[in-house]
Amino acid sequence: MVNLNINDQFVSVPEGTTVLAAAQKLKINIPTLCNHPDLCVAGNCRVCVVEQKGARTLIAACATPVSEGMDIHTNTLKVRNARKHIVELLLSEHKSDCTKCYKNTKCELQALANEFAFGDTIFLDIVEDHPYSIDISSPAFIKDDSKCIRCQRCVRTCSELQYISAITVANKGSHQKISSFHDRPMSHVVCTACGQCVTRCPTGALVEKTSIDQVWDAIYDADKHVVVQTAPAVRVALGEDLGYDPGERVTGKMVTALKQLGFDSVLDTDFSADLTIMEEGTELLTRLKKVLVDGDKKTRIPMFTSCSPGWIKFVEHKYPEYLSNLSTCKSPQQMFGALAKTYFAKKRKLDPSKIVSVSVMPCTAKKFEADRPEMRASGYKDIDFVITTRELAVMIKQAGIDFRVLKPSQYDSIMGDSTGAGVIFGATGGVMEAALRTAYEIVTGKEVPFNNLNITPVRGMDGIKEAKIKIEGCTDEWKFLEGVELKVAIAHGLTNANNIMKLVKKGKASYHFIEIMACPGGCIGGGGQPIPTSMEIRENRIKAIYSEDEHMALRKSHENPEIIALYKDFLGKPNSLKAHELLHTHYVEREHY
Amino acid sequence: MENIKGLTKVDLIFEKISPKEVLTKAYSMKSEEIIQQILDSGLKGRGGAGFPTGLKWKYAAAGKDSEKYIVCNADEGEPGTFKDREILDRVSYKVYGGMAIASRAIGAKKGIVYLRGEYRFLLPQLMKELESFHNMIDEIGYDFRIRYCMGSGAYICGEESALFESIQGDRGEPRNKPPYPTTSGVFYKPTSINNVETLVTVVMIIKHGAEKYNLLGTKDSRGSKVFSISGDTPTPGIFELELGMTVQQFVNEFGDGDTKAVQVGGASGFCVPRKKFNETIIGFEGVPTGGSMKLFNSSRSMYNVLHNYLDFFAEESCGQCTPCRVGCQQLLKGVEKVKKGDVKSTYLNELVKLADTMKVASKCGLGQSVGNAFRTIVENFREEIIY
Amino acid sequence: MYQVGNLVKELTDKHGRARENLMPILQGIVEKHNYLTDEAMVEVAKELEISAAEVYGTASFYSFLDTKVRGKYVIRICKTITCSMKGKAEIIQTLEDMLKIKVGETTSDKMFSLLETNCIGWCHKAPAILINEIPYTELTPEKVVEIIKSYMQK
Repeated sequence: MVNLNINDQFVSVPEGTTVLAAAQKLKINIPTLCNHPDLCVAGNCRVCVVEQKGARTLIAACATPVSEGMDIHTNTLKVRNARKHIVELLLSEHKSDCTKCYKNTKCELQALANEFAFGDTIFLDIVEDHPYSIDISSPAFIKDDSKCIRCQRCVRTCSELQYISAITVANKGSHQKISSFHDRPMSHVVCTACGQCVTRCPTGALVEKTSIDQVWDAIYDADKHVVVQTAPAVRVALGEDLGYDPGERVTGKMVTALKQLGFDSVLDTDFSADLTIMEEGTELLTRLKKVLVDGDKKTRIPMFTSCSPGWIKFVEHKYPEYLSNLSTCKSPQQMFGALAKTYFAKKRKLDPSKIVSVSVMPCTAKKFEADRPEMRASGYKDIDFVITTRELAVMIKQAGIDFRVLKPSQYDSIMGDSTGAGVIFGATGGVMEAALRTAYEIVTGKEVPFNNLNITPVRGMDGIKEAKIKIEGCTDEWKFLEGVELKVAIAHGLTNANNIMKLVKKGKASYHFIEIMACPGGCIGGGGQPIPTSMEIRENRIKAIYSEDEHMALRKSHENPEIIALYKDFLGKPNSLKAHELLHTHYVEREHY
Repeated sequence: MENIKGLTKVDLIFEKISPKEVLTKAYSMKSEEIIQQILDSGLKGRGGAGFPTGLKWKYAAAGKDSEKYIVCNADEGEPGTFKDREILDRVSYKVYGGMAIASRAIGAKKGIVYLRGEYRFLLPQLMKELESFHNMIDEIGYDFRIRYCMGSGAYICGEESALFESIQGDRGEPRNKPPYPTTSGVFYKPTSINNVETLVTVVMIIKHGAEKYNLLGTKDSRGSKVFSISGDTPTPGIFELELGMTVQQFVNEFGDGDTKAVQVGGASGFCVPRKKFNETIIGFEGVPTGGSMKLFNSSRSMYNVLHNYLDFFAEESCGQCTPCRVGCQQLLKGVEKVKKGDVKSTYLNELVKLADTMKVASKCGLGQSVGNAFRTIVENFREEIIY
Repeated sequence: MYQVGNLVKELTDKHGRARENLMPILQGIVEKHNYLTDEAMVEVAKELEISAAEVYGTASFYSFLDTKVRGKYVIRICKTITCSMKGKAEIIQTLEDMLKIKVGETTSDKMFSLLETNCIGWCHKAPAILINEIPYTELTPEKVVEIIKSYMQK
């Protein structure tokens, strides 16, 4: 243990603790900017400088480990002058059009300016000296260099958490900037649109490409029937942008709010998540039969899940030789989209050309997914607009709704019913658990051998998880699986995804089925979720997901009555020809860089 | 004033010696003995920072890791410094010799010379000399190998941790310190990084003994130093002088009779105006320098000089930390605006305060040193900046 | 366009495929082909198993690892104060007149590029330039003309 004094208060912390963390223990607030709990230390913004007695210069609290007898002061004249200058310097290279900026009132630089730099501007504006550009090439997000303060959080995120390193620091001196490979548009490099950089950017330099205005236009268009679906991860995080703590379940209120916003039908992505399980579970069993019984060399195992569009784009760029290992199932969003303008339109006697299909997603890559050219199985664009959880919160505020006093209400039918298996899609390991609950029962006629259907080995925040289930007591149809130990793996975050892919490539991954989510924590940690994010926040959201699951009447996808009706009235059976046309897709190889 | 030695030319760095003799002598010494010699000599780093060499080696020797490095900083980039080029050109075997002695002192088996890209034309000759050097130390019994890493045009790579980053294949962005290089250096191993001239001086100290070396220089600035002299002087070039002279004595020898200012230490050094020549000592107790000495006579505009330095820093800053990246741009644009009359001349006071912030808040020595030239030129030549 | 894949393979065979070998590999490409094309950087990224953005980010940091098109002979004129004091402006004027390009540009036959650079360590023999890696010092407009003519004849 190391003993030191901060602002004349004694504190004792383990060796290796930073001055910043030691101060936090004493509840002394030192302002930071480049520091982020999910990322390695940078120490470049210098906002957190503090005075250490005996030191020649000020020290960066986030980057300096404590030492015995250290005497730190966080608010001396020297520190205050330096901090004010540093914030002023950042403001001088930042386009401060706050009133027009999407991050207005949510910007960390703005907050610092409010604390340390109100009053006359000290320095000259140097924004005009820089040829800043705005990149709007990606359907998922906008990169506005004029707002960048070069904290490098995005670079560290893309490199440490997401492996891809689609953005980097380029040049030096006054030309230093955050850039893609040779400044190419973000739509033309290996960026997976996962949006993890967006959720960590302190300013408006990286924000999602919003569709709020277009959705309002559709809602106000009396001619249109606007359908909205909500992803599982949205209901446990939306509250954070509306005054709630992380991990509050606000499902009922969310549905009421959507109705009050003016959506004609408020439906649930969890429904199509159940549908995905039916299709994907069947696909898995079919693949296993082809491999284990027929000895088919063309069928590929392990099979990977395909509901995470960031993960899909990752495979298309980095591991295109494994495209046939991806499940051909579309994501729940896109399955819903295909059905909304076919099945739903037919059942509700609506003109599909007048249906506008909107989805609320915790994700930015879903905006990219909706724009994929092949996503037109209905004959129209299957999903017209994707809005993030953050955008929905904005719309709710714009409508003047006091979210907290809303009475909860139920989803509309015929695509609004779901089971617990659908909602757990939002958490890492959730798709796997949902799939096992159904597949195991199909094969053996019995429930999975886990207490209360909670398959705990696939849950939790470990980067890579593994589980084994022995299949015993198969029905006649599935005799070939008798005694087989089904090996599954789960990874979340693209760095972990890459690690699993390396094992697969080396032949060291003897799994049958692998679930991969591009975002740390799964969808609850998605690029469209409320900001800020941290391990603690993601863990709270996950607790809420499993709590939601436990409180549902039905917890297995195949028991969903609306799903049963869908097959009976429209699709026939899982993997039928019609199911293939509407609910399955293909992938493309993309540039390696 | 005490401690003034006057201007004395010395021939130590380029003195002809038998490297085999000195290296055999060093080989027979224990690590602690070598370190003690260097400590006793009072030698401070000759690259500009002036850290006591013996102390650096002591810390590096204390490291428990079996993999250690001795790195030679040959990234001489400070404007006006060209003495390391000359040293490498004429006595590279002494540089290698210093590295070998350092390797004995700290327990390193590998040495790296980081040579700036602008000196690439020297490489073939240096490699040839390295080959003979390796043969020689093999005969003596050293277990030590040196290799070259080339720079590619980045002044900041002269900063020790940025240099390590460059060797490791990354952008030359200085690291957070602590940990310091002697604990975590190149490849995060204990490293002693020393300037070219420091390493040659080490060889000469081992040869002649610390006591003899102590006769040169002053209490705080022991020994002699190689200076690279340019600008308004009839005798530009490399000169080895005993430390401890005043700027006046220096100007008497090297000035053109009309010297109004001497920039000691390059762009990151201090500008000494005529009125302060007599009271300023060239050394660690006065204005330290890595060797760069530039003389300006009365025909020169100190605004141009300042502008040149600020332009240099705005370009060469690695760009990662706010005070330096933005501060350099603000200082540059600021003096331009003051000169043009676009802002009041009192804005210079704000800029001086900014330079002070950069000195205490920047992540590395580059940002911390910009204020040296800025302050001294603005304070002593304010009129030239404004009008 | 040249076949860069072979050159990159040669260099990675010679230096290695770890991140610490990136600098010598990039230097090797620039030595042979004057600058780094996108194609070259992508090849290096593939060989070292790092992202192309990483290669670009590192290369763009170093002034001599150009990612912009450069000619066969890159002339770098020192712009430090001493060289300015000793006649850099006339040297630049001479070069611009001879080559018919401005500082920052490359001749249309891709033979010469004209750039400014920071202190190259020849202050006592200013003004000085580098042409590729060779320094030329104590320049006068006449000397410069001779030097460039000799390069043109190569």
